[in-house]
Amino acid sequence: MRWAGAAALAALLVLPALASSYVVTVFIFIFFYAYLGQAWNIVGGYAGQLSAGHAAFVGLGAYTAVVLSLRAGLSPWLGMLVGAALSAVLGAVIGFLGFRFGLRGFYFVLLTVAFAEVCRIVALNVDAVGGALGLYITFTGNPWQFQFQDNRVYYYIALAFLLLATGVVALLERHRAGIYLSAIREDEMASEALGVDAFRYKMLAMVVSSFLTGLGGTFYAYYLFSLQPNAVFGIPLSVEIIIRPIVGGAGTLAGPILGAFIVSPLQELSRLYFSGGGWHGAHLIAYGVLLIVVVLFLPQGAYPYVRRILGRARA
Amino acid sequence: MTPLLTAERLSKSFGGVQAVKDLSFDVGEGEMLALIGPNGAGKTTVFALLSGFLRPDAGDVRLRGHSLVGEKPHAIVARGLARTFQIVRPFPRLTVLRNVMVGALARHPHPPTAEARARAVLDEVGLGGASHRPAGALTLAERKRLELARALATEPALLLLDEVMAGLNDAETERIVELVRGINARGVAILLIEHVMRAVMALAQRIVVISGGERIADGRPDTIARDPRVIEAYLGDEHVDAAPA
Amino acid sequence: MAVGLSLIFGVMRVVNFAHGDMMVWGMYLAWLLATRLGIDPYLGFVVCALVLFVAGVVVQRALVDRIVDAPHEMQILLMLGVALVLENSALLVFGPEPQRVRSALSGTTVWLGPLFVDVARLVTFAVAVALTAALSLFLFRTDLGRSIRAAADNTYGALVIGTDVRRVYAVAFGVGAACVGAAGALVAPLVPFDPATGLARSVTSFNVVIIGGMGSLLGAFLGGVIVSVAESLGAVLLAPSLKELVSFSLLIVILLFRPAGLLGRRG
Repeated sequence: MRWAGAAALAALLVLPALASSYVVTVFIFIFFYAYLGQAWNIVGGYAGQLSAGHAAFVGLGAYTAVVLSLRAGLSPWLGMLVGAALSAVLGAVIGFLGFRFGLRGFYFVLLTVAFAEVCRIVALNVDAVGGALGLYITFTGNPWQFQFQDNRVYYYIALAFLLLATGVVALLERHRAGIYLSAIREDEMASEALGVDAFRYKMLAMVVSSFLTGLGGTFYAYYLFSLQPNAVFGIPLSVEIIIRPIVGGAGTLAGPILGAFIVSPLQELSRLYFSGGGWHGAHLIAYGVLLIVVVLFLPQGAYPYVRRILGRARA
Repeated sequence: MTPLLTAERLSKSFGGVQAVKDLSFDVGEGEMLALIGPNGAGKTTVFALLSGFLRPDAGDVRLRGHSLVGEKPHAIVARGLARTFQIVRPFPRLTVLRNVMVGALARHPHPPTAEARARAVLDEVGLGGASHRPAGALTLAERKRLELARALATEPALLLLDEVMAGLNDAETERIVELVRGINARGVAILLIEHVMRAVMALAQRIVVISGGERIADGRPDTIARDPRVIEAYLGDEHVDAAPA
Repeated sequence: MAVGLSLIFGVMRVVNFAHGDMMVWGMYLAWLLATRLGIDPYLGFVVCALVLFVAGVVVQRALVDRIVDAPHEMQILLMLGVALVLENSALLVFGPEPQRVRSALSGTTVWLGPLFVDVARLVTFAVAVALTAALSLFLFRTDLGRSIRAAADNTYGALVIGTDVRRVYAVAFGVGAACVGAAGALVAPLVPFDPATGLARSVTSFNVVIIGGMGSLLGAFLGGVIVSVAESLGAVLLAPSLKELVSFSLLIVILLFRPAGLLGRRG
């Protein structure tokens, strides 16, 4: 499996030199959403705490970096770190409230959704951060401003992000924390009886996940050059974040990546197909169907099956 | 000599029901003590109180002199008290090896070391060959041994076994009895809740009998078997006929 | 609306994320009936209820049934999928513009003591109360109703005494959906609606059910009253656009302090 991964990586590194700008853009989105999915994977897949409000961290990270850049002239590269730190704080707050008060399953999902929606409504109504119109970034092409003329630079940045998140998850898998998290996911009470401080590890997962997601927020803002509360805090983005790891295999290293390669093309296709239909929400129908199909037929995601098929091919 | 574990005047009620009432007993270092009593007597509640899953309304629990009341279950494991569950709770999608590693990591935070320790424990309980199978695929007898292995991997001074023989046939019960005896011989104190009287009589050095949440007898197996209060508490319960051979 | 959700959860312990979106379909159905066939929503709600009952049973049989024993996350994801499909197909079919439905009763008001009351709202309230009462009667007096309650209390026990649990589940889900369909029709004349409101409505119904207590009908009713009052107060005291903020904040507070709600059982 290792050399297959290395070969794939090599191919990806060379791709921008060979492919068209459109393909490069598609890959940027694949990498970016895979990144967000991998970050979510830490708390949603490995720790088993379903969060449907991760867009809150994207939004918070994005707004922080943009506002600091517009109002205080701070380079978004630094603003990115500040945004991520704030997202981590928010994650800690949500985690603390959720885990201290023993919210499991459905209740925790609701809590995360509620927080994301509160963020959205606040951003919509506070004019100091742009209100309903949001914020716009003027194009300068200045690398210090996290802006690049060439699409391909974004490609490599997105890829770097993905490798970062995947690296963090790989490290987690090998470390005591990762094993503890999967135990917590399987049976929290039993893990407590074996010496696992479930609260501490769930908080750790939440903070790391929200930090990474917050980092991604800055990329999102500076790639799209605009920030809209409904787009960046809304449920549709949270759905985009969770669907790739779920389809690919939550709780596995390759899951979010595999999922991104399955879902993004699907999204692109349905967008092209339905673009005449008045609203791009049509791809969400496909997502809904996909979720239903996965839950009913592939509850562990696509990855276990892919692995089995590849294993059989080798034998 | 200070006992390893002292339970002192423990009380716990739920709603209007008094599950445990003014219960006191000790477990000595390396001792094998059995906790028996009719169904509903409050035995599993005692385990929950000792291991930190429930907080007593009154009374104290001390391990080597240090009070455990108010500590969370994982902290109690770190102090050296581990428990199993009456209805086994394996981590179904994790391998057998990983299951035990979770326990081993409590004492050996470095995963490779924990893995080695886990393998050793698995060999001890006889599951060495199954280490790569998902825990969900094991038979009941195997799961019971896994449950035991996991708790054992935390290297406790005192192991609480909750009806570890329940649902097993004679051969399997024999195996576990041998296993438990071996663990005790190594110096691990064991407190067992058990209904299978044969096993209790074979293993226990001392027996505490509970009925209605209160202690009604405490002594050696042969004394207990003849105690009229014990017999009365079990009246109607078929297991009282399984007297020592 | 919340009564239906409470029923579904109470019986099957499955949380119906698609609830709000089902309601939106109910609203659109009422709209269709009103505009195409000229049927007043206050009469048409019966049709909406029936249609959604059938739809509910179909969804339950085809999808929910399979995951009743699955881990919670799976159930949530399934219903989320259904919600997405419902919301976005409504968007596709009906477009994103808000709609209103006119009723013969809209716009008329009546004096009720010292208050000026909108007749339409009054009728909505009255019908809702009547339906809730009818539902209670159904659950407590009829055999089928009792089976549903038995299954809710103790699924295994119900199986043992020979209840056709699958049928009970289907009916429960169907009735829950019917409630929401009726609710949609009843509310349609009062507020503008568009497909995007599906989520907000789901959240409101969760709010209500959680406050009143999952699994308790009376709780759902009480919860409804409390939440509506709170939201209205919020709209009056703060800005109207922050109304949603109130319901979400309320939800957070309730989740933290009393997830079992006022009258709830096993949350």
